[in-house]
Amino acid sequence: MNAIPAKHQPIPLSSYVLIWLGLLMLTALTVTTASLHLGGWSVFAAIAIATVKGTLVLLYFMHLKYEDRVFKVMLFLALLTLTVIMVLTFCDVLFR
Amino acid sequence: MSNAAVTTHEQQPDATGSKIGMWLFLFTELLLFGGMFLLYAVYRAKNAGDFHYASLNLDLVTGAINTVILLTSSLTMVLSIGMLERRDRKRSLYFLFATIVLGLVFLVNKYFEWSHKIHHGIYPGSIELTGRTSGENLFYALYFLMTGLHGLHVIAGLIVLGFMAKMVATPARQSVPVSALTPDARVGATTVLVEYAEHDTLDQRKLIRLENAGLYWHLVDVIWIFLFPLYYLIS
Repeated sequence: MNAIPAKHQPIPLSSYVLIWLGLLMLTALTVTTASLHLGGWSVFAAIAIATVKGTLVLLYFMHLKYEDRVFKVMLFLALLTLTVIMVLTFCDVLFR
Repeated sequence: MSNAAVTTHEQQPDATGSKIGMWLFLFTELLLFGGMFLLYAVYRAKNAGDFHYASLNLDLVTGAINTVILLTSSLTMVLSIGMLERRDRKRSLYFLFATIVLGLVFLVNKYFEWSHKIHHGIYPGSIELTGRTSGENLFYALYFLMTGLHGLHVIAGLIVLGFMAKMVATPARQSVPVSALTPDARVGATTVLVEYAEHDTLDQRKLIRLENAGLYWHLVDVIWIFLFPLYYLIS
């Protein structure tokens, strides 16, 4: 039961500041990584860091972590739809 | 007596319901931008060299500053919601103003960035660009399309935040049944408007609205988090 956070308990404001600091550090990291000229890996690194940043915003700033399961399922379905569209389009483009 | 009961029932806000509505709207935004990211990815795959060359011309410093500005505006947004949650309307309003100012600074930066490009003859359909490769044309067309649509979303978000500021600035009032008042206050009034002191339904409703406005603002931030590396960094 401890794993379920109390719904009416406001989240401490200091944790928002920590998330923000983390986001700033990741921004610095992604700029530094881009200047390293890692070749093909630089695309991968940039998208991976952006995904981590986006996830942090979704989970903490957008409160997804503390929402009912239905919100997570809905977001999963939306992202799944987007992924299917992207994968199918790429199959068409690359193997036509 | 029954009137009071009915009023209370009608004012009961549905936090989960309105949040689901907001998220459904955000998904349509996600798919809108998702389609454009897909266009970007496909054209990049086909014109890797041109995209690489063109993205070197974008100003990394401006892009990075705008990233920091939007991230910070997301922080002030959650702090504004957190303050309203703690019944501190004044600080909530301050953080909301900070969010609006940061959003405006983002737009000003964007304006200078775009004008700089346009002064150098780089805009869709320009004479300068027609002389260049189709890959570079695609890059700049997508750049103006995606950052432009994102900019429109920032403007829309700022308008919403403006309404939110008006809402937060207005003191929450609640109609109270006469029976709840002291005999002194009862004189000459059947229903009296009083400044709210406790957690009431009206305040809860404002909180839900501010949270939904925040969700929109954060989504605009998330989109920029992906736009920034794709246009300014990957080269």
